[in-house]
Amino acid sequence: MADSFNKGMARNIYYGGGVFFFLLLVGLTFDTMLELPKRDHRENITPAVANGKAIWEDNNCIGCHSLMGEGAYFAPELANVYDRYGQGSEETFTQFLQAWMAMQPLKTEGRRQMPQFHLTESEVNDLAAFLIWTSRINDNDWPPNKQG
Amino acid sequence: MKFQSQAVAKPYFIFALALFAGQILFGLIMGLQYIIGDFMFPYLPFNVARMVHTNLLIVWLLFGFMGASYYLVPEECDTELHSPWLARVLFWVFAAAGVATILGYLLVPYAELAEITYNHLLPTMGREFLEQPTITKMGIVVVCLGFIFNIGMTILKGRKTVINMVLITGLIGLAVFFLFSFYNPDNLVLDKFFWWWVVHLWVEGVWELILGAILAFTLIKVTGVDREVIEKWLYVIIAMALISGLIGMGHHYFWIGPGEYWLWLGSIFSALEPIPFFMMVLFAFRMVSQRRYEHNNRIATTWALGCATMAFLGAGVWGFIHTLAPVNYFTHGSQITAAHGHLAFFGAYAMIVLTIISYAMPIMRGRPQGNPASAQTVERFGFWAMCLSMLGITLALTVAGAYQVALQRLPEDSLALSFMMTQEKLIPFYWVRLGFGLIFFAGLVAYFASFFVGGKTVSDEESLVEGEARPAVCCGSCS
Repeated sequence: MADSFNKGMARNIYYGGGVFFFLLLVGLTFDTMLELPKRDHRENITPAVANGKAIWEDNNCIGCHSLMGEGAYFAPELANVYDRYGQGSEETFTQFLQAWMAMQPLKTEGRRQMPQFHLTESEVNDLAAFLIWTSRINDNDWPPNKQG
Repeated sequence: MKFQSQAVAKPYFIFALALFAGQILFGLIMGLQYIIGDFMFPYLPFNVARMVHTNLLIVWLLFGFMGASYYLVPEECDTELHSPWLARVLFWVFAAAGVATILGYLLVPYAELAEITYNHLLPTMGREFLEQPTITKMGIVVVCLGFIFNIGMTILKGRKTVINMVLITGLIGLAVFFLFSFYNPDNLVLDKFFWWWVVHLWVEGVWELILGAILAFTLIKVTGVDREVIEKWLYVIIAMALISGLIGMGHHYFWIGPGEYWLWLGSIFSALEPIPFFMMVLFAFRMVSQRRYEHNNRIATTWALGCATMAFLGAGVWGFIHTLAPVNYFTHGSQITAAHGHLAFFGAYAMIVLTIISYAMPIMRGRPQGNPASAQTVERFGFWAMCLSMLGITLALTVAGAYQVALQRLPEDSLALSFMMTQEKLIPFYWVRLGFGLIFFAGLVAYFASFFVGGKTVSDEESLVEGEARPAVCCGSCS
């Protein structure tokens, strides 16, 4: 680099730029916190939804699946699983999930297997409530189609 | 080695490499599980293998960063480490906690591990990369605090060079942002939003400071270029890393709930993120071409150049190809993401640790001018095998990802293939990936073998006599 550009100037860009953009990030974060209630429909987080999230975490579902595109890429996206299999009915979806979880592992040779997690009926209901709630977050219309 | 206490770095490096080997083994298992879905099921379900693979990566990189700090900070400070004893104790604490956690993943079902460790008291588990039991997370905080205290005290009593200051800033940032891992609200959107404050602000923020500091230190040592020049570059590179990377976090906020302006901010700023990595390439190659003497540890120089190059490709180029919101809408969470993740982590962070190990380990073993030429040849084979095979893995996954997008994401509802059917179509690419994975493993074996290859080493005095064109006149450390 040219000699006219010295270390002191480089240092000032680092400190000035670093501090400025960190403060900007903090400011944008505050703004997002104000905006989020309109987008995440948090008023619908029932105890069942909260418990469903805990069950999701305790069984490390994210270790195979993705949720809103984040997680592992070994098993299907689940933020829109309600749109995919629910046919618009929460009851239908919950019944589907009960049956599906009870069936695991499918034991089709060579196919990727989901373990049997031994969840109770009410736990699966809560998991369904969590996935239904998640499907209704305003996520700028991701994914592009039902398949996720 | 200028100071005795620098030697505490040695167990950190050795243990880091052992965990690295474990990471690769689990990676190979998963590579096969992508093809033969029920391989090792139910003994080792994919989610467990993945957790072990990614957690081993994080922990071995942390061991590497710690070893690097213990090695370079005393030398930069021109004083002994504040407490070598503390460094040795923390090594065993961290190693024991790490091993216990990995064994926990492998031996008990995850839900049981959550129960045994009282996760319900302060639920933090079950989130990607932050799967560690809460008690382990607390252990990580304690180890990091002790480590930063030790390094900080050393810097306080010694010389405050730019490299030291940048490194300690990065390390403090690492510890501070990790605290967000304890925040896990019921609201998934808030959870995800602040989860990125750990993950993004680590790998696209403070870790880049650590990377820059280690790279700058190594380049000073192997090229003898004036410290003033190197420090100026370091400042500019990390300045660009923060300027682009902080708001660049927006590229993670596209599809998880936050508002639409993040589509613009994330796209624009993360499009700038390749710049610091490109500058790192210019920096490394320019410093080496302007070198003041020939260090006989040539392979360490190769690692430094390779690290900058592979980091630019992985984090810079492969980040850019899917970072713009209109592209990311289709590629988010596909195999493209996996391709980028592999090359970026290997190029930037695995390779910087391998760089400092390649430079420092011979010195700690009484070989100031590097390993014997025969050992360096073997290490060089390992270097090329690992770098080229990682590029192969990345290309295979990129093609798989592009095909996945074409089959599963681009068509409308009625025409799109399901996830599982798409995966079946990708199997040929997964075979290619696995093949490159095996080559990577061969490279790793060669790399390990190089530590045991004997031969004649060059002493500092001999290096002066032999020194082809430019004798060592100034190491830059006195300015």
